[in-house]
Amino acid sequence: MTGPAHETLVAIAKSWGLFYLIALSIGVLAYTFWPGNRKRFNRAKNSIMNDESGPWE
Amino acid sequence: MISTMTITERQIALLISVLVALCGIVLAAAGRHDPIGTHGLLILLAGLAGTFFILRGYYDPEPAPERLTSYFDDPIKVGIVISMIWALVAMSVGDWVAWQLAYPDLRFDGAWSSFGRLRPIHTTGIIFGFGGNALIATSFHIMQRTSRARMPDQLSPWFVLAGYNLFCVLAVTGYLIGITQSKEYAEPEWYADIWLVIVWVTYFVLYLRTLARRKEPHIYVSNWYFLAFILVVAMLHIVNNLALPISLGSSKSYSLFSGVQDAMVQWWYGHNAVAFFLTAGFLGMLYYYLPKRAARPIYSYRMSIIGFWGITFFYIWVGSHHLHYTALPQWVQTLGVTFSMMLLIPSWIAAANALLTLNGAWHKVRDDATLRFMTVAAVFYGLATFEGSFLAIRPVNSLSHYTDWTVAHVHAGTLGWNSMIVFGAFYYLVPQLWKRPRMYSPALVEVHFWLAIAGTFVYVFAMWNSGITQGLMWRTYNDSGTLAYSFVDSLIAMHPYYIARAFGGLLFLIGTAVGAYNIWMTMRTVPTVIGTQADRPVMPEPSRPILQAGE
Ligand code: HEM
Ligand code: HEM
Repeated sequence: MTGPAHETLVAIAKSWGLFYLIALSIGVLAYTFWPGNRKRFNRAKNSIMNDESGPWE
Repeated sequence: MISTMTITERQIALLISVLVALCGIVLAAAGRHDPIGTHGLLILLAGLAGTFFILRGYYDPEPAPERLTSYFDDPIKVGIVISMIWALVAMSVGDWVAWQLAYPDLRFDGAWSSFGRLRPIHTTGIIFGFGGNALIATSFHIMQRTSRARMPDQLSPWFVLAGYNLFCVLAVTGYLIGITQSKEYAEPEWYADIWLVIVWVTYFVLYLRTLARRKEPHIYVSNWYFLAFILVVAMLHIVNNLALPISLGSSKSYSLFSGVQDAMVQWWYGHNAVAFFLTAGFLGMLYYYLPKRAARPIYSYRMSIIGFWGITFFYIWVGSHHLHYTALPQWVQTLGVTFSMMLLIPSWIAAANALLTLNGAWHKVRDDATLRFMTVAAVFYGLATFEGSFLAIRPVNSLSHYTDWTVAHVHAGTLGWNSMIVFGAFYYLVPQLWKRPRMYSPALVEVHFWLAIAGTFVYVFAMWNSGITQGLMWRTYNDSGTLAYSFVDSLIAMHPYYIARAFGGLLFLIGTAVGAYNIWMTMRTVPTVIGTQADRPVMPEPSRPILQAGE
């Protein structure tokens, strides 16, 4: 790789890479703590406790 | 096996086997002056064995439609058995290699039995053979249970299992005859790599098709981990193995990358192999089998989600911590260190989530060796990730790199975490899948547990001591400014630790053999539970066909 290409890559990593990770973190936290999702999550975590009865129709 | 497939599926399976055999003939002919010719013959043999196997069962009665009302468990059973066989083989080779390091004469003068060829047999056999088959088997189990859906067909699970093991056999036999592309954990050459891509894509599609049939609205978090494992491993495998073979008849190929880029791609692959092969899928097991065995839902489902995204997105960036003090630009190394430190958070979220789930059920952990395997796995997971984040710091790495400290870290992870969670999962699964009330001998599960614990501790402590001693000896200067110890001095200092490690490994191996025996005897002798309601669906009304056209 030549010099400028390397510099460009560094610049992208240091700016957009950072923003993308921050945006991602916000997205994940929002999804996780979204009040509407609480019911699904509770259901999912309890649902596996009783799953040996075979596939549902 | 064949009797579980419909006639159409048998025909397709036959076609695949014949195609595999034909590929084998082509490779054997084109590479008759090259080691690849031997592999051509091996592939031909695999294809013929498949063909024979299918023809033998071809006219068996087709599976009854009632099959669609239960989960498809046969490939899971086979996967467990194959995984245990790989464990025995690859741990034996690991221990042999360990004794070789203490007593080099144990090579017995064969070219094939040199350290350089046996060591990758250990690593490939144990990670991909033992770990990979365990991952495939448990993922088949978990994807169906958590989706409340049967796998969409009977052929692709068998294809994934058989094809994957063909890859493992090609890899391991290749090292014996000197075929390797010399990239750690990616040693197999181009033709085996291409085959793995085909198998892996089938696996991914199979997973997605099962999820698409799910009756449970939310996809349980274990599946996320397994999907990340499959998807990222596909990506890593393809990019890291981009190479040009010399010719169709040659096993040798050359990487498309060169120099420091090649090194970076390799360790981007290498560390993510740790992250997605040895961590993500195994966390999928932890998040399912631990709550099931403890009969308590996971402590915090939200924590598991945050942990998932943390692990997925931080791990991708840490590969450069394998290349400290190299030609790799400094900022890339620093990036690796930073992300390695941040990685501790999602890692400990997972370990803490598992342990908090057990809070209030410690008496179960005390009484039940199966649950204890899983608990210990979570503890070692916490330990290995803490150690890893520490090792990633540049000055620490300058002491640990090239020493047995790395080997201690590796086996704290692989013995303490990966193997323990697999054994816990298998002891949970075997009685359930073979419809037995319990394991053949609960006492032997205890024996296995204590052998595994003792082996892990002896192994890891021996290597910690050895590694730090080595590191310090290599950097001790005398008054005149030259090194105080020669390399051979450090080698002599290692000798007792190498014996201790080989002994610890032997304990671990004996434990595995005890486990294999117990599993075998459970399959063979404990009488079947009467009225196996455990695995039967409660469905009074006649079922409509689950298999729809176009699926
Ligand atoms: C019976 C138990 C085991 C024994 C005796 C054993 C022994 C060894 C030995 C002697 C080495 C070479 C170390 C060196 O080059 O100095 C090694 C490397 C390795 N083993 Fe094991 N091993 C065992 C179990 C496992 C398991 C269960 C796994 C994975 C699931 C594993 C994964 C690895 C890996 C990844 C390496 C390469 C480490 C590196 O490159 O730093 N081992 N093992
Ligand atoms: C937060 C998590 C982790 C971090 C930051 C981490 C970091 C590291 C570092 C810095 C090294 C040494 C690199 C070198 O000096 O060459 C290393 C090696 C290694 N780690 Fe980890 N580790 C983590 C977790 C794990 C786990 C859970 C496992 C296994 C299950 C594991 C398996 C390995 C292996 C196999 C190697 C040897 C690679 C080689 O062949 O050189 N690591 N890790």
